[in-house]
Parts: sequence; structure tokens; C-alpha cells
Amino acid sequence: MIKVEGLTKRYARNVAVNNISFEVEKGQIVGFLGPNGAGKTTTMRVLTCFLPPTDGRAEVAGFDVIEKPMEVKRRIGYLPETPPVYPEMEVVEYVEFVGRLKGVPKNELTRRVDEVCDRCNVGDVKTRLIGKLSKGYRQRVGLASAIIHNPDVLILDEPTAGLDPEQRKETLGLIKELAGEHTIILSTHILPEVEQTCEKVIIISRGKLVATDTMANLNSRLRGAELVSVEVEGRSGSLNRDSVQQRLEQIPGVSKVTYREARQDRLLFHVESMQGKTVRPDIARCIVQADWNLIELHTAGLSLEEIFLQLTSSDKPTGGAQ
Amino acid sequence: MTNIWIICRKELKGYFASPIAYGLMAFFALIFGYFFYAAVAIFVLRSTDPMMMQRGMPMDVNEWVVRPVMMNVSVIGLFIIPMITMRLFAEEKKTGTIELLATSPVEDIEIIVGKWLAAVLLYGSILLLSSVNLAVLFLYGSPEWKPIFVAYLGLLLQGACLLAIGTFISNCTKNQIIAGAGTFAICLLLWVLSWVSAYETSTMGKVIAYLSVTDHFENFSKGVIDTRDVVYYASLTFFGLFLTSRSMESLRWRA
Repeated sequence: MIKVEGLTKRYARNVAVNNISFEVEKGQIVGFLGPNGAGKTTTMRVLTCFLPPTDGRAEVAGFDVIEKPMEVKRRIGYLPETPPVYPEMEVVEYVEFVGRLKGVPKNELTRRVDEVCDRCNVGDVKTRLIGKLSKGYRQRVGLASAIIHNPDVLILDEPTAGLDPEQRKETLGLIKELAGEHTIILSTHILPEVEQTCEKVIIISRGKLVATDTMANLNSRLRGAELVSVEVEGRSGSLNRDSVQQRLEQIPGVSKVTYREARQDRLLFHVESMQGKTVRPDIARCIVQADWNLIELHTAGLSLEEIFLQLTSSDKPTGGAQ
Repeated sequence: MTNIWIICRKELKGYFASPIAYGLMAFFALIFGYFFYAAVAIFVLRSTDPMMMQRGMPMDVNEWVVRPVMMNVSVIGLFIIPMITMRLFAEEKKTGTIELLATSPVEDIEIIVGKWLAAVLLYGSILLLSSVNLAVLFLYGSPEWKPIFVAYLGLLLQGACLLAIGTFISNCTKNQIIAGAGTFAICLLLWVLSWVSAYETSTMGKVIAYLSVTDHFENFSKGVIDTRDVVYYASLTFFGLFLTSRSMESLRWRA
């Protein structure tokens, strides 16, 4: 449904998006992840024909964004970060206006407006001025107008930004509901949201593609490895940090040992295992054999948060990324 | 075509949903009323003047009231026009709603013409307010309606071209104040250009004087439609709209 090849967007001085390629299949719901300023919005603006790419190609529903912008625009529903609403308009008036603009036939317009307003739970504020609505309602009005022409592709730029937890849950639920009929790209920097809603994740950082994978793969790939937190104490006097680290590194199945901090006489290490290996019993045995006190041993686990940080904090793509 | 109308209607609603339209109308009615009163007062004073009575010819209402008042309106227009156009694009750029228009299946030129057309319609309806005062003339005298009609046409043409320029300037900035001030400066400049002809008689002086918007209105105020003036206004309008479409395109490339 969406095909991006070698997309690059350069502004006067800086490169916002650098040689990104990805594909999204029909009906998929894709999370577009990255820290602030990573190039998410720019990529979305290229896809919606708001900005032309400096280099590379982007296709939506088989139409090139440069050669056939009208066809692309007809098939896309776009909700920018701040919903593009006119405060002096009533909700119905606004949704109708967008419907007309997107070319919804006249005889269907009223029915469609009612439909999307109900769908997005703004039926109760239909005749209110948008300027008087709360942020959550405005967001939903924006969403309602984005789906008014029943687009093939729905592009949502940070749809949950600035919402309270309740509204956030509602909005995500709504987006999930929409996934069946539309192909959805959803940008965010809030990870649990992606975990909850998306089937596939595209991670970018500083304009570069860091990883694209299905949620399940990404999880197993990065969580297959175990992260164990170990706290050790010497039986008599303080411990030598290096000798403990060496000892831990020698355990079969351990890929990386990092020293975290010292708590009085105790030392805290993080031990990462290799893919699919369980190292906790070995660590315990090793420490006991060395005649040290094992104070604490537990799995820290890589949260998506950490995966994300790991992927985006270094420039080079980590294992398996395209 | 339908797209132009959709945009135009939305803009008009925007004008009338906010105090802008009413404020401008009140402003215009006040100033026009004052000028109209002054012109009629002078007319009444002069017409009872024995010197004038001796000429044996009654004074012409068209020449003594309508014409000077219409000339005044063409200058009042210079003040109203920036206030009409300043929000057209600047506001949409500031609030981000321009993204909605630019990502909808609508051509740039349809957006521009729609917005400009709404501005022209608003300006036209503001001008129409003055017809209330002029109707009084018909009640107590017998002015000719054709020159009045031509004068209105001239005002509308002049307004259309300045509104096109204002639309362009509004497209260049996010800041409404800058858009308004810039448009006002250009309007003022295009008005005072005619003063050059007072002391400069060279070809250069003539060229500069030709560019003045108010000079071209003079014929209209007399009830004369000169093709030269129509061509001037029409070409300036096209120029303004053309610049707007270029600016809109550059917006996308520069972003």
C-alpha cells in the first residue's frame, strides 16, 4: 500500500530524512517510532504530498507522490500533530467542509458526517464551536475529518500527544478499530502505545532507518537475550571490581557484563546473556564458588524503552536491521 | 470550480463568524458617511451661492458629490484592503490548517482564487453599504445612475487588484501583522506614485505615474470606462495571483 524507496529530504542546512526505505502492506497498522526531531513528521509530510522529497521515491496505493499527487491525496487521510481545525467553525460544519474538500459526493455527505462523528465519539458536541472544545475533543474531530472520505491510508502524526491517559486509551482504541478498513501509519515516541496497537514498527533516528520489523519479531529478537542484575559483596573486606567482572564474563552464555555502581561494599553489575540462554543459575553458582556473598540476583529484562534507546542512541544499526 | 467555491464559502463564513467583517463595515460606513456629508454640505452651500446662481446652469450632483466621494472611497479602500487580506494565508500558516488544504485533493490555484474571491466579495459588500447614502441623492435630486455604476465597477476592479497583492503578501508570512503592514505599505506606495507626475515629466515619470492605482480610477469616477485602465487592473490582479501561486509552490520546496 505504501512504498518508500531511498527517501531523502534535505532542508537548507540539515538532512531531515536520510535514505529511508520501507513498505507497508494493506490493512497493516504500523508504528513509526523515533525520538523528537528524528524525521517522523517530515516523512509523513512527504507521504501526504505536503512536501516533495529531495531524493528517492514514495508511492501510496500505487501512485507516486510527485507524479500523481491528486490521486495520492484522494486516498490519504492525514491528521497532523496539531489537528488542523478552524476554531470559528462548528464541529459538523468543519467535518462537512473537509468532506467537500476531499470530494465526498453531495448526496452522501450528511450520512458520512453523521457516521464519522458517531464513530469518533463527537456526536454530542456536533453543534459546538471547535474553539470551545478541549484538546481531546479537537483531536477526535481531527480524526473524524481524516476518515470522512474513507481513505485507503490513514496517516496519524502523534495522535495521542497532549491527551490525558483516559483520552489516550480511547483514541488508541479507536485507531485500533479503524485498522481493519484502513492501512494506518501512526507516529509516536511513546512506546507502550506502539506495543498495544501496532503490528509492525519502523524505528528511525536522526533521519536514518534503525529498524523495521514486526512487533513480535522485535520483541523476541531483543528480549530473547536476558538481562540480569547482580549484586555482590565480599565476605571479608571490599571486592576488586575487575576481578568480579572477569569472573562473570567467563561464565558460558554471557555476552556482556557492565559495572553499574557501588553501594557501600556491594557492587552492582548488569549481565546480558546471549540469545536464548539462561544464565542465572550459572551466575549464582559462580559467585558462591568464588566465596562471595550473593546479595541480589534478578532479571532486569529489556523493556521496549531500553530497546528503543539502544537502537536510537547509536548511529549504526543494530543486528538484523535493514 | 466547485473547489474554488468550497474554499470561498469557508472564507466568507470565517469573515462573518468573526468581528472582522462587521468591524470593517462599521469603519467604512463611518468614514464614508463623513465624506458624503461633507460633499453634500459643500454642494448645498455652493448651490445657494449667488456667484454660482449667476452661471444660470444648475450644479451637477454627479460632478459635485458622487465623483469626489468616489475618489475618497478609492483611498479609504487602501486602508480596508490590508485588513481583509492579512489573515487569508498568514493565519492558516500559523495555526497549521494550511496542511489540511495542501494535503486535500485541491489545486493550489483553486485555494488561492477561492480565498481571493472571498476577499473580493467581502470588499464588494462593504462598498455596497455606501449605496444607502447614495440612495438619498436619488430621493432629493436626480443624479445619473450610469456614472455611479461605472464608479462602483472601478472601485471593485481596483479592490480586486489590491486584494490580489494582499493575498500574495499574506502568503509570504506567518505573521498577520506583518502581512497587514506590508500590504498597507504597498497600497500606499501604489497610491502616492501618482504624485510623481506633478513634478516629473520625463518618460520615467510617466511610467511611474502609470503604475499608480488611484490614477487609473479617475476615469471610472467620471463615468468613463477606458480599456487601458481595465487592462491595468486586470493585469495587476493576474500578477498578484500568479505571485501567490509561485509563493505557495516555493513554500513546499523550502518548507
